[in-house]
Amino acid sequence: MLLDDLILSAVRISLPLIFAAYGGMLSEKSGVANIALEAYLLFSSFCAAAVMALTHNLGFSILSGLLGGVFVGIIFSFFTVKVKSDQIIAGMALNILATGLIPVLCKAFYGTSGQTPSLEIQDRISSTTPFIIAALLVFIGTFILFKKSVFGLRVTAAGDHPPALRSQGINVDFVRVKAILIGAAIASVGGIYLSLGAGSGYTRNMSAGRGFIALAALIFGRWKPIPTLLACLFFGFFDSLQIFLQTSGTLTIPTQFVQVLPYLLTLVLLAVPTGKAQKNFAPQAINRPDL
Amino acid sequence: MKFFSVIALFLISLNLKAEPLKIGLVLDKGGKDDKSFNAAAFKGATEAAQKLGVEVKTVESPDDTSYERSLKNLSERGYKLLIAVGFAQTDAVKKIAPQFPKTHFAIVDGVVDLPNVTSLMFNEHEGSFLVGYIAGLKSKTNVIGFVGGMEVDLIKRFELGYKEGIALSNPKAKVLVNYAGVTSEAWMNPTKGKELALSQISQNADIIFTAAGATNTGVFDAIEEKNKFAIGVDSNQNWVKPGKILTSMLKRVDLAVFETIKAEKAGDFKAGKKSFGLADKGVDYALDKYNQSLISADLKSKIEKVKKDIASKKIIVSDYYETRKLCPNSPFKCEKYQKAMQALTPTKK
Repeated sequence: MLLDDLILSAVRISLPLIFAAYGGMLSEKSGVANIALEAYLLFSSFCAAAVMALTHNLGFSILSGLLGGVFVGIIFSFFTVKVKSDQIIAGMALNILATGLIPVLCKAFYGTSGQTPSLEIQDRISSTTPFIIAALLVFIGTFILFKKSVFGLRVTAAGDHPPALRSQGINVDFVRVKAILIGAAIASVGGIYLSLGAGSGYTRNMSAGRGFIALAALIFGRWKPIPTLLACLFFGFFDSLQIFLQTSGTLTIPTQFVQVLPYLLTLVLLAVPTGKAQKNFAPQAINRPDL
Repeated sequence: MKFFSVIALFLISLNLKAEPLKIGLVLDKGGKDDKSFNAAAFKGATEAAQKLGVEVKTVESPDDTSYERSLKNLSERGYKLLIAVGFAQTDAVKKIAPQFPKTHFAIVDGVVDLPNVTSLMFNEHEGSFLVGYIAGLKSKTNVIGFVGGMEVDLIKRFELGYKEGIALSNPKAKVLVNYAGVTSEAWMNPTKGKELALSQISQNADIIFTAAGATNTGVFDAIEEKNKFAIGVDSNQNWVKPGKILTSMLKRVDLAVFETIKAEKAGDFKAGKKSFGLADKGVDYALDKYNQSLISADLKSKIEKVKKDIASKKIIVSDYYETRKLCPNSPFKCEKYQKAMQALTPTKK
């Protein structure tokens, strides 16, 4: 009984991480370091919530959530692939843009300082099942993409050794743009989950650092589909565990310590030697524009 | 020429007369739309602007470093009274107020001992005791939840009062306590609030008191979906989910802000500490058309009795601000405090 709830809670917490991590995976595997996951989450959750409040139509809302995220992906790919600017700086700039621009839009539309109108219960997606199914589909899709498909191979090649890909007459930049945009769409599902599923509308800075935690899970999962999924679930489980431990009351250690545990553990696990150096797992050409 | 100068003088004097009193309201991280603490302050200031004809400038704070900047900026621009909302601004007021001795400051939820600062404090423990008492009577599962925002002494004051209220009306009840975080992000993280509430509900909680600013929204979403009850805080939040919010622990920040502006306008601003409690309705529980079906006449009379007992000190509600000093090792179970308070109040026999 207790374990069931614990696992359910862990899954709920993991969901946005999973979408964001896989979104980031596509981009990173193609050689574009992506720290703009926060911006994806923020824009998609804002667009989904704003359109839902306006139209009360689930289809439109999900579509605009996806478009919102992909829009960020387009800007991101313009800067990283077309203009070939520094990927980290472009990602950070988008994150800052998201935290600044959305409150401005909210002020203009709703007169609030960064939130959309609250959504009634019928406008929300109270059940987590559709999102769990979506997460499984994303997982299976990514797995097949990288293991079986030609496009997956090209993405990996673009991330590891772009000259090899070019020698085959394939446009590296185009592969990267496609990977970024598909990734943006996947991450956007996480944003939609935040504002329609976990929340009731957009609230200021609602991603609360999940984009970065997802990135940590991606790195922790060695950019591989199965380990990344497990890493996301692991982070979620630990978060839900600390929530339960807080209420148990039997704990004599301060809750601050419990709250710090998942992050502490991440650091420790990231430092654990795995036989191969960490950088050998990373896409070799990551953060290197294909000039 | 003379004619023009007369007109000019007239216009200047008119302009001087029309210049309204300028009041600055600096909100903390929850923002004016938190439907709770900051919303109450904003409501009080808006009311003052309408009724008293003062000019109110509201500033929201995107991060913890902006309090000082906002206060300084407004002082420099000639604002006569600055109201800093939230304990997080205590240090900023301490630093800025001495630099502008002619500007008046008011700090809500914090104490700053300076000649141009008034500190507006609320007896949150008394109000929390009251809603805890109600929760204890209304709970069917005897498991009752508390969701706090940032884990700080102010919210522990709520928690302690709440627990004592529950202990009075339902000694068997188990109280589950969660905090949303340890940074000021905890005031605006509704998804976290929802997760905490769902976790407590899965452990059988059927009533959850939430004192977490904008994070409250998530708790309300959870109880709505799972068909449980919540207790709101600071503002009257009964309307947010009609029929699902048992009551709200009112903390009349709006009243305190309004009164402070009114005093400033009348020219009798007073520095020093000002406490608002149950006796002067500075804290209270909310009863309106949204929850009247949940509070029976019998329950209401019981609540009124407890209110009287607290006001007359027959019931002594532990104040975390005091117990943390008296019993640093066990501030939630502090016999010393009860004894000390009993010794202070004359017993009626």
